[in-house]
Amino acid sequence: MSQTYIISDYCSIRNHEVVLHDKLVYANTDAVFPEFLTKIYQHFGISYPKFYKMDNLSKLGFLSADLLLRDKDIHQHYAGNEVGIILMNASSSLDTDRNHQNTILDRNNYFPSPAVFVYTLPNIVIGEICIRHKITGEGTFFIQEKSNPSFWVDYVKILLDQGIIQCCLAGWVETEGHNYESVMVFIEKSDRPNSGIANFDASSIHRIFDNKK
Amino acid sequence: MEQLIQKLKEEIIEVLNLSEMKPEEIDAKAPLFVDGLGLDSIDALELTVLLEKKYGLKIQTAEEGKKILYSVTSMAEYITAHKKA
Repeated sequence: MSQTYIISDYCSIRNHEVVLHDKLVYANTDAVFPEFLTKIYQHFGISYPKFYKMDNLSKLGFLSADLLLRDKDIHQHYAGNEVGIILMNASSSLDTDRNHQNTILDRNNYFPSPAVFVYTLPNIVIGEICIRHKITGEGTFFIQEKSNPSFWVDYVKILLDQGIIQCCLAGWVETEGHNYESVMVFIEKSDRPNSGIANFDASSIHRIFDNKK
Repeated sequence: MEQLIQKLKEEIIEVLNLSEMKPEEIDAKAPLFVDGLGLDSIDALELTVLLEKKYGLKIQTAEEGKKILYSVTSMAEYITAHKKA
């Protein structure tokens, strides 16, 4: 029986709203970014003290993955190395890079913070998600000017086609100053086309990106 | 010493972003690493920077660091013994 790839679920965090299972599950117009992320963490009763140590990019990616996977026992169906994480954004870790730079500008007050420095790479968010969910499969973070679904759909399909992974968390996780947007999807193989949220293709990703509740 | 311990607890919460924790919840004599607060190696570096930045004290060796950063009390004792007047 031929298999197809489906988006079994997605989570978006943007515009003061959290959309999960294609439904608006949380909104808070009072809290600005990044406080909004702490509100999400508290609202959903997540308990993971390291969250508070993360930079904003990692917090955003961590929350997106946590909400997306919270009702799924992925380890019942997949080994850790069968789960991939492919993320991208436009601003890399620039916010944290600037924070770090600010700690080393003054030679007379030169105290770089190790806790800030460790987040001066965008792929650290992938590491945080991997640690939390015991994921050890392929992980790559791309920097692109804007989300390019055709590119990352092709990339994830190659990994799935070649059997390098059996499922994948993929999406766009962007923070820059007070601007933020995360759209993360969970992709699985299925012998039932059109199950889940949608088939995994560029047009479906475009629809999810445009689906502002 | 009690004042310094209280101040250190507040500074540790701030520099390590232990936002869910209050100073009174930190046992001054409990180990900071592995048990106790369960801090990691990055936190150790951050506490080393804290000692240097706020108290002008440099930890010279890893062995010395293990003793000084064992607990809030050991940090306070080290600061009291070595802080420049």
